[in-house]
Amino acid sequence: MNILVCISHVPDTTSKINFVENDKQFDTSGVQFVINPNDEFGLTRAIWFKEKQGAHVHVIHVGTAKADPTLRKCLAIGAEKAFRIDTPATDGMAVAKELAAFVTDNPYDLIVAGRESIDYNGAMVPGMLAALLNIAFVPNCVGLEIDGSNAVAEREIDGGREKLKGSLPMVIGGQKGLVEESDLKIPNMRGIMQARQKPFEVLNPKGSESTTKDVLFEKPATKADVKLIPADDIDQLIELLHKEANVI
Amino acid sequence: MSILLFAESENNKLKRNAAEISSYGAALAGKLNKDCVAISFNADNAQELGQFGVSKVFNVTNVPRQFDANVYACVLTHYIKSLGATHIILGSSADAKFLAPLVAANTNAAYVPNVVALPHEQQPLTVRRTVFSNKAFANTTLTAEVNIIGVGNNSFGTVEQAVDCAVENATVEHADSHIEQLSISKKTGKATIADADIVVSGGRGLKGPEHWHLVEDLAEVLDAATACSKPISDMGWRTHDEHVGQTGKPVSTNLYIAIGISGAIQHLAGVNASKVKVVINNDPEAPFFKAADYGIVGDAFEVVPVLTEKLKAFKAQS
Repeated sequence: MNILVCISHVPDTTSKINFVENDKQFDTSGVQFVINPNDEFGLTRAIWFKEKQGAHVHVIHVGTAKADPTLRKCLAIGAEKAFRIDTPATDGMAVAKELAAFVTDNPYDLIVAGRESIDYNGAMVPGMLAALLNIAFVPNCVGLEIDGSNAVAEREIDGGREKLKGSLPMVIGGQKGLVEESDLKIPNMRGIMQARQKPFEVLNPKGSESTTKDVLFEKPATKADVKLIPADDIDQLIELLHKEANVI
Repeated sequence: MSILLFAESENNKLKRNAAEISSYGAALAGKLNKDCVAISFNADNAQELGQFGVSKVFNVTNVPRQFDANVYACVLTHYIKSLGATHIILGSSADAKFLAPLVAANTNAAYVPNVVALPHEQQPLTVRRTVFSNKAFANTTLTAEVNIIGVGNNSFGTVEQAVDCAVENATVEHADSHIEQLSISKKTGKATIADADIVVSGGRGLKGPEHWHLVEDLAEVLDAATACSKPISDMGWRTHDEHVGQTGKPVSTNLYIAIGISGAIQHLAGVNASKVKVVINNDPEAPFFKAADYGIVGDAFEVVPVLTEKLKAFKAQS
């Protein structure tokens, strides 16, 4: 089984979000970039398939060389080969088209992406990729078992779970639950050394155009200070929620 | 040229968010002076969309009763093409977010999710959406022939505006399902984080799973969904699907009550979109107070039972 894991390179979850150039650009200064957490859950499951079922795991990223350390980390925790399509990721559809063109030329049995990236929260690339390739897709994937060419996957739905059965090839959007946080791998020295020797290909883009663009960013308005209510005056809280906030 | 919206249903009845999506679609149609057409699947009460300004519904009946993304995407693609729809409106449920990218790829559309208001410019079409897990907003342009707007839960609200509504039951040729549903497990009779007006959430301050009834009792009085912070699901007190935060579920509800949650930046990212936040914590330095509207510095074990009892009395008389 050949698995391709699509990797996003995103600001760490603790990053302060600021903008520069008249609020037209995200301010990357001082920001630590990491593997998108949802992708990392997927990658970890892919490596499990490598270890337990002899799968081969490749990773791919659409973006600039700034993401190379992130891809090296993927190699250090067990991926065998990395690809980077060398073009700025401008919107979800453009990224999905670049990935679809790659997969059409280089077929995989399973394509793993994350539920969504934690920067732009689009949750669209894996679904678009599956639709462009006309293969099955399971988003919000919290369970995946593969036996030959059959896959049983679980999808988180609003208020529960749905169990689905399909045939490979398939695309999944992974998230927490697919593996546990404690299963995530920290690269060790041996892995880091090996990663330097592993194949890393930089590919030319097909030149997919984007049709959405962020033209201006805004930070939420500063909040008014919290209204503190004495712990022995719950009636006041109920009154405020009822009359002032109108929520009960 | 028309606006097309997807009205979700479940067990042959419209889902709650169909009202908000219809309200948004009708408001946009009014603004652009276009028709607003809804597509529903096996919804026996599709007529009710008329209350929210929808005058025409195609209720498609030759599709699986259970949500099937590939089949539903085929049907929506058919209508987008046959009606020449330029603006497509969907919600932010798990199903809508499953469907929208498929439809976008089928129609080569521009798609922007998590939109919080009507487009504020038409040339080019520009919407405001949340980005960076609710830590910021982006104004985003959509410049394809077909433009798909995913409306954030609870961000537009419902607007009652009754019009005559013509429902046409329809059958549409479509591709087969890509995937077979084996089973579905869903909490029944309980509000879910996705569609509840109120969410009551608990954190480490509750000290152990045996105290979870404090959260549940309060939630019951308020008809609220229950949720938790990340450590709670990591420790296994509650299941993953209740974890709220950056890597868990986002919550955009009217009222969010956090009990014993300190308010790590990743948790706040998940709840920022909620309108009113109440924080109960015994640590006055808890960062959550900075993000809250109302706060009580106090012991959850004393405050919450009193709040629950008093709300019970309040609900009984109102």
